Amino acid sequence: MNAGSMSAADAPIVRVRALVRRFTLRGVLNGVDLDIRRGEFVALLGRSGSGKSTLLRALADLDHEAQGSGTIVTPERLSVVFQDARLLPWMRVLDNVVLGLKGPGARARARGLRALGEVELAERARSWPYELSGGEQQRVALARSLVRDPELLLADEPFGALDALTRLRMHALLGRLSAVHKPAVLLVTHDVDEAVALADRVVVLADGRLAADIAVPKGRDGRVGVVDAGALRRRLLALLGVTEFHESIPASMNEEKLTIEQ
Amino acid sequence: MNAPVAPRLELTATIAFEAVPIDCAKEAVPPAGPRKARRLGRGDKVAFGWLLGPFLLLLAWTTGSAAGLIDARILPSPWATLATAVGLIGDGRLQANLAVSALRAGEGFAWGVLAGSMLGLVAGLSQLGDYAIDGLVQIKRSIPTLALIPLLVLWFGIGETMKVTVIAISVFIPMYIQLHTALRGVDVRRLELAETLGLSRWRFIRHVVLPGTVPGFMTGLRFGVMGAWLALVVVEQLNATSGIGYMINLARTYAQSDVILVGLVVYALLGLTSDAAVRWLEARVLVWRRTLAG
Repeated sequence: MNAGSMSAADAPIVRVRALVRRFTLRGVLNGVDLDIRRGEFVALLGRSGSGKSTLLRALADLDHEAQGSGTIVTPERLSVVFQDARLLPWMRVLDNVVLGLKGPGARARARGLRALGEVELAERARSWPYELSGGEQQRVALARSLVRDPELLLADEPFGALDALTRLRMHALLGRLSAVHKPAVLLVTHDVDEAVALADRVVVLADGRLAADIAVPKGRDGRVGVVDAGALRRRLLALLGVTEFHESIPASMNEEKLTIEQ
Repeated sequence: MNAPVAPRLELTATIAFEAVPIDCAKEAVPPAGPRKARRLGRGDKVAFGWLLGPFLLLLAWTTGSAAGLIDARILPSPWATLATAVGLIGDGRLQANLAVSALRAGEGFAWGVLAGSMLGLVAGLSQLGDYAIDGLVQIKRSIPTLALIPLLVLWFGIGETMKVTVIAISVFIPMYIQLHTALRGVDVRRLELAETLGLSRWRFIRHVVLPGTVPGFMTGLRFGVMGAWLALVVVEQLNATSGIGYMINLARTYAQSDVILVGLVVYALLGLTSDAAVRWLEARVLVWRRTLAG
């Protein structure tokens, strides 16, 4: 989260070189190079179909079927948060959180409870997943990832299925937790505001390559200044092929324009 | 998120319930105000509404018998049938035959569940097991179990072994099919989750695969129970010397239609009771599943 962590032992813990992935005929990744330092929060932006998820799945070693080449180095302790929470419905919340932990049950459960406390769901430890809301389920999934004390957290549009208000609360939570645990994070998203608010660095994937790699300027309080955020937002949107006429023109005129086009 | 939803069995009672147009008159009242929307639903539900159909049938039967419209040799009156039942219970014949039938069905059911589960697990969990077992079961599946009876009589004679075997095979097939399907239908997203969590193969099977097959297993049990009673009815027609089916057969010889009726009612009660038992078990085992029924 903070720029200060990029000092001494900062050899990248994620190292991707010349990564190529193909599915049947269409090339999805076409020579991607990416380094992520220890504790660094990187947001990966791209239009739908740009290969964001393909890159994340390659890092998570989940792309058994894909053909391709290139080098990938990732740390041993790695967690994935998916867009859907993927809780096992037949396990209570706490059992879901500790599912991947090895070692004695009592200690694992204590760790699991602590992780649930961090996502403010300690009192739901005995609930069944279906009793939770979508946002709560995703918080449990976050606890399941963090309880493993990961060096790298891979998140594939983890807030994509949540409503706008819940998403904002989840942003704050993820920001807080990554500041405490300091895993390296690769957050795949198509939400420019989410990327700017959370990440130290934003990379944009286009045509199978990284089209941009932009550090997010953050003030002493760890927040992005309004002016910086606005400029960065426009730049990123432009990279994603969105021109921002609708922000400078009142909504009514926007509609008028649409009518004329029809 | 959820495991593949197994087809649910609907009791005929439920169907009868939904078909009864209770409280239609209320819907026919014209709307009071101009803003009131016309209701197009099927009408409100009433507790125990499904009993209306059976009640009407019973009413027709009773009045028909009382008015002398129904020949007692074709269909004895309700009170005569009831008296026969009381008599059969009084001399102990009903209980004794019921015990024999229940034991027969229970034994076959137990073997069928055991074999179906074991082979279903082997075929569902290993590809080699699948190749070795599944083709055979699919071939067997295309032959109705009851068609095997002549062969089984040649092999095992007409005694209990043949009867229990027929019942066991009838239970085995649905158990195997449901369990095998559930095991092969493991959600790929759960597989990915298990891989990213670094689960061992054993922990993956124990915590992810097997619990997901429980709904399929329960569906198999319900089909299996039905299969067991069906097979029981058929094998008890074959030279049995005891059991409900024997009682019915004997009654046919002496043209005692009241005894036949009592036997059929007992079969119905056995089927309903065992289905209710499996449902009860299902509700206990699947507490984690949110169902529309609540």
